[in-house]
Order: sequence, then structure tokens, then C-alpha cells
Amino acid sequence: MNIIPNILFAAALILGIGYFARNVKKLVRNIKLGKDVDVSDHKEQRWKNMVRIALGQGKMTRRPVAGILHVIVYIGFIIINIEVLEIIIDGLFGTHRIFKSLGSVYGVLIGAFEVLALLVFVSVVIFWIRRNIIKLSRFWKAEMTSWPKNDGNFILYFEMVLMALFLIMNATDVVFQDMNSGNVISQYIAPWFSGVSEGTLHLIERSAWWLHILGILVFLNYLYYSKHLHILLAFPNTYFGKVNPKGQLNNLQAVTDEVKMMMDPNVDPFAAPEETGAESDVPDKFGASDVQDLNWVQLLNAYTCTECGRCTSECPANQTGKKLSPRKIMMDTRDRLEEVGKNIDANNGVFKDDGKQLLGDYITNEELWACTTCNACVEACPVSIDPLSIIIDMRRYLVMEQSAAPMELNNMMSNIENNGAPWPYNQMDRLNWKDEN
Amino acid sequence: MSQSLKVPTMAECMAEGRQPEILFWVGSAGSYDDRAKKITRAFVKILNKANVDFAVLGTEESCTGDVAKRAGNEFLFQMQAMTNIEILNAYEVKRIVTACPHSYNTLKNEYPQLGGNYQVQHHTQFIEELINDGKLEVGNTAFKGKRVTFHDPCYLGRANEVYEAPRTLLRRLGVDLVEMKRHKRTALCCGAGGAQMFKEPEKGDKDVNVLRTEDALKTKPDVIATGCPYCNTMMTDGVKAKEQENNIQVFDVVELIANAENL
Repeated sequence: MNIIPNILFAAALILGIGYFARNVKKLVRNIKLGKDVDVSDHKEQRWKNMVRIALGQGKMTRRPVAGILHVIVYIGFIIINIEVLEIIIDGLFGTHRIFKSLGSVYGVLIGAFEVLALLVFVSVVIFWIRRNIIKLSRFWKAEMTSWPKNDGNFILYFEMVLMALFLIMNATDVVFQDMNSGNVISQYIAPWFSGVSEGTLHLIERSAWWLHILGILVFLNYLYYSKHLHILLAFPNTYFGKVNPKGQLNNLQAVTDEVKMMMDPNVDPFAAPEETGAESDVPDKFGASDVQDLNWVQLLNAYTCTECGRCTSECPANQTGKKLSPRKIMMDTRDRLEEVGKNIDANNGVFKDDGKQLLGDYITNEELWACTTCNACVEACPVSIDPLSIIIDMRRYLVMEQSAAPMELNNMMSNIENNGAPWPYNQMDRLNWKDEN
Repeated sequence: MSQSLKVPTMAECMAEGRQPEILFWVGSAGSYDDRAKKITRAFVKILNKANVDFAVLGTEESCTGDVAKRAGNEFLFQMQAMTNIEILNAYEVKRIVTACPHSYNTLKNEYPQLGGNYQVQHHTQFIEELINDGKLEVGNTAFKGKRVTFHDPCYLGRANEVYEAPRTLLRRLGVDLVEMKRHKRTALCCGAGGAQMFKEPEKGDKDVNVLRTEDALKTKPDVIATGCPYCNTMMTDGVKAKEQENNIQVFDVVELIANAENL
């Protein structure tokens, strides 16, 4: 018995999964560059969110066309992958269709896979048409040029090829076609190869089989370099996503500590600062100017984003021609995080200052100040990403570290400081409306 | 039709040794903005009519800090919040009603972490409760049968998922409630949130309030109703930009109720 194919298969499998594991480790390391944040609350709600939003695709179908097509591809992806189990066993042990002993059940299973494969193929073609022929505007925004645009199409080509290979593999499998059970779709493809000799047919079948499994391994490894990570990260992301009302912005405890001290009449303003590590509670900066200042859930958000652009298409600033695009905020955060990660890899595990940061080099002040905090982007995201929290953290840096708010806002804030209202009116006039008409 | 309103302050109540049931949080816009003051007065008329035992902080009230927080000034926000909380807690306030969704959101969601725990309601929720409890009856209104579209304020709608209370009130008034294509959770912002109210917009090809007004105009309304003083300003400006101010009026839901009550 020739065991070379089995060895080659095992090697491909180990290489493919090993390289993926290496990148997952890097991914986790990068996400952990973010600040710690307590997500141990609302456990039940979090599980519910994950089941409803990620597993149940609850928010996808709010846009019915894209939603239903996506559900087909999603179900296809999960179900057809059961077949991968058989492929792996066959590949490692030199068997052929090990599960066919299941008899009629096997036919039903493969039949279902074939139907799904066709549906996925058609859906993906429609996705491609939406992107490239109909040119839906959200796929053609300013940030969707070069790599992001190609990435979107590459993924679709990958899926088309994988589904086609699966069907061709079945169609050219003489033993399987002779069983005449489960070849629901492939029986119509088989006649295309009717003039082909048995040897060539076998060669095509083997090639399709190998390309299919190698394609899956390559696709697995493509994930890390692509927006497509959402197929894995949507699950943790919806679990760790926001559980509080959308209107609630997080509280900065470090600020609370300082304000409490300022307002406490018992504090001795001239006292020497305590030396017992109290200083360590004060962060080195307020707000965020780079990815390390964000928390790890925000960084997970960035890796989860699949650039669908639902957020941007709902954003009032973007719809009125402003530079802000919530999707770009997420893409920039991820790109910068990748850059920081590569920097760490290149410098023996330590980040070396590269004179760049998220603020300014990626995201401009103009984008940040265009946000109305309306939460449309947060509501629109099908996988619970919160671009608003990043915008607010960066505004905090601009205002509290750099005093770089637009002048009108500085006026507004000094009004609040001086007379307790954003307008320059006397606080003693606050009740005048009572006697006016 | 000048009319004196009964607006007790918390300080007066304390001097009289009584504890009002409700604190009406007026908010900065409701106190100083000419248009918003009318909304404030309309709401007080309803409170008076329904004999609600309420009070305001008056000159002891100060900006909630919402706009400072959203502009990124967490220090200023927390200074405002803690000062307000000190006063609210000193008066042992339990329930707060406000006609401003920004105050509503901040008091309800952002004050608890700083020691301010209150039951907070938007005025539309509170009025709905008054009606349900039989404390307020909605009489005939000049707006009966008129086409009214409701613009969801972001901080009431998406931010806190209060979509029904204002609509229930509008239906009670017998108006012809027509929804914009984007409403409730997909409603477009008026453009004023996140401190935009106080600055010029960034460079673009249109103003957000004009885009939102166009949404509203598509419903061919007689009235654009909303529940937020900022939205009110933005939609009023939008209607003017579209030169429709002679055909379309912008009202707060509470003003329509007060009109029905002939207050």
C-alpha cells in the first residue's frame, strides 16, 4: 500500500493547522495589548446575546436580501464542514468515503451538503454581483479601495472555488455516483465528464479532493490576514459586546477618584502624596491616542469587523458627506494594531516607539468631531461592534490631554464651568421661564 | 394668555417641611432656550392640571454634564454630576422626570456609578402613566386627524429603547400618525447630539438636520412631533431650510397634549 499520499496529507494538515495556531496566538497577544476591562457581569445576558446575534444571526436579517443570503452561506459553511471530518479521516488512513457504511443516512447527509453547496455557490455569486456589478454604495466608500476591496472579492472567489470543487469531486467519483444516493446535484454534473476515460476521471476526482482540502487549509490561514476573521470572532465579540443601554458611556474611575478628592473638604491640599502605590492608580494618560490605550474588547471589535459597512451606511455624518466612517474607525484600529504587533515581533517582544499613533496617523480629529453619538452604527452592527466607544475615548484624549477641542466646544465647556449651562446665561436666571410667556 | 404656573422649588418644599413626589429636571435647554422654555411651560401646565406633587431645583440645578462627557471632557462631566448628585441626595430625591432625553439618559444611566440612584422617566412616559392612572384626560385637540410624524430622539430611542410612549400619546390625541421610512431603531439623528449642538458641523455636502427634515417631508406631515429640545431646534431649522415653515409646524409631544387640554 502506498502511504505517501497519507504522509503528505498529514504534513499538509499539520502545517495548515500549525500555522493557523501560530497566528491565533499572535492575534490573542495583540488583543491583550489592550487595557483590562471587567466583563464578568451580566453573564446570562451575554450568553443570550451570543446565541441570538452570532449563532442565530439575529441582526443579519434586518437587511433581508443580504441577511438571507448570509444565513445560507453561514449554514452551508457549518454543515458542509462535517464533510471535512470524513475527508480528514480518509486522507490520514487512506480510506475512501469512510462514512458511506452509514448507508441511507450517508446519502441524506451528502445530499444535504450538495444542495447547500449549490445554494452557497449561488449566494456567493449574488454577493459578488452586489459588490462588483450593482456596486452597492457601502462597498465603494473611500476606505474600500485597494486591499479591502480585493479582500472582499478574494473571499468570494475562494468560496466559489471550494463549493465547485466539492461538487466536481462528487460528480467524478464513480463509486459514489454508482451508489446513486446523495448525488442530488452532482448527478447533473457527472454527464459533463461522460466522454472522459476512467483513469482521467479518477485523476479529476483526486485532484478535486486534494484541492478542496488544501483550499480549506489555505482559506483557514487566509483568515488572519483578511477581514474574514468574523466567522470565528463574531462569537466572542457578541459575548463581550455592550450589555448596558446604548446611551450609557463608560465611567472613568481615575477621574472619579480625582474629582472626589477635589470635592472632599477633608483633604489636605498641601499633604505630600501617599507613597504606598496610590500613584499607580492614576493612568499615564486620559483617553486614547493609540491602540494600547483602548481596552481589549475594543481591539477584539477591530479584528471582528468584516467591513460590511452597515454602520457607515447608517451614520448621519457619513450620509451628509463628512469624513467620518465608523467602519474606517474599526479598520484603522485594526491596521494600527497589526502594525504595533509586527513592531513587537521585530523587536524581540518589546514595542519600540515608531513615532506613529492611531490618532493623527490613522484617524483624524476631523473624523472624531463629526460624530453625533447617535448610536446608529452600534445599532446597525450585526456582530455588536461599538465604534462610538473608540471615538469617545479619542475625544477624551484630545480634550483632557491636549485641550484640542474645537473652539466653540471650549466656549461651551467654559460656560458649563462658570454658570452651569452650555450657554452664557446666569445661573440665577434658571427659573425665569416660570414667569415668562 | 399670561398664566401663572405653580412651580415650587425643592428649597421651598423643604422649608415647608414636605417632600414632593417628583422632581422635574428642567435641563439647561428647557431653562434658557426660548423655544424649549415653551415646552417646559407646557409640561408644567400638565403637571399642574393633573395635580402632580412636584418641584424643581430652580437655581440649584446645573447642567447634567451630558454634553461635556460626549465632547470628551470627563472631568467636567463628573464635576457637574457629583455636584448635582450632592444636591439631589440632600433633598432625598427618588423620582425624576425630565423633558430632555439627554438629561434622561445621563441621570438614568451615568449618575448611578457616581452615587446618584433615581427612578428617571422621560416626560412622555410620565404623561402616559398619568393618563393610565386616570389623573389626566386628553380632551379634544385641534390636531385631531392631522398628519403627524414622530422623530425619534436618539437618546430616547436607540440609547434607551423608548419608542412607544410618545407614539401612544400621539395615538391618544387621535392624530393620523405617519411614520418616516427610517424610524424607531433606524431613525436618523437630527444632527445635534454628541455636542454638535454647540459647534459648526465638519465639512460635508449637507447638514444632518436637513437630511432628516427631508425624511419627514416625505410623509407630507402637518406636524413634526418630537420629544427633545435639541431635536426640536434642529427640525425647526430644517423646516425653515426647506421653506416649509408656513405649512409644517414642529412641536414637542407635550405641547400637543397641552393644546388638547386647552391649557
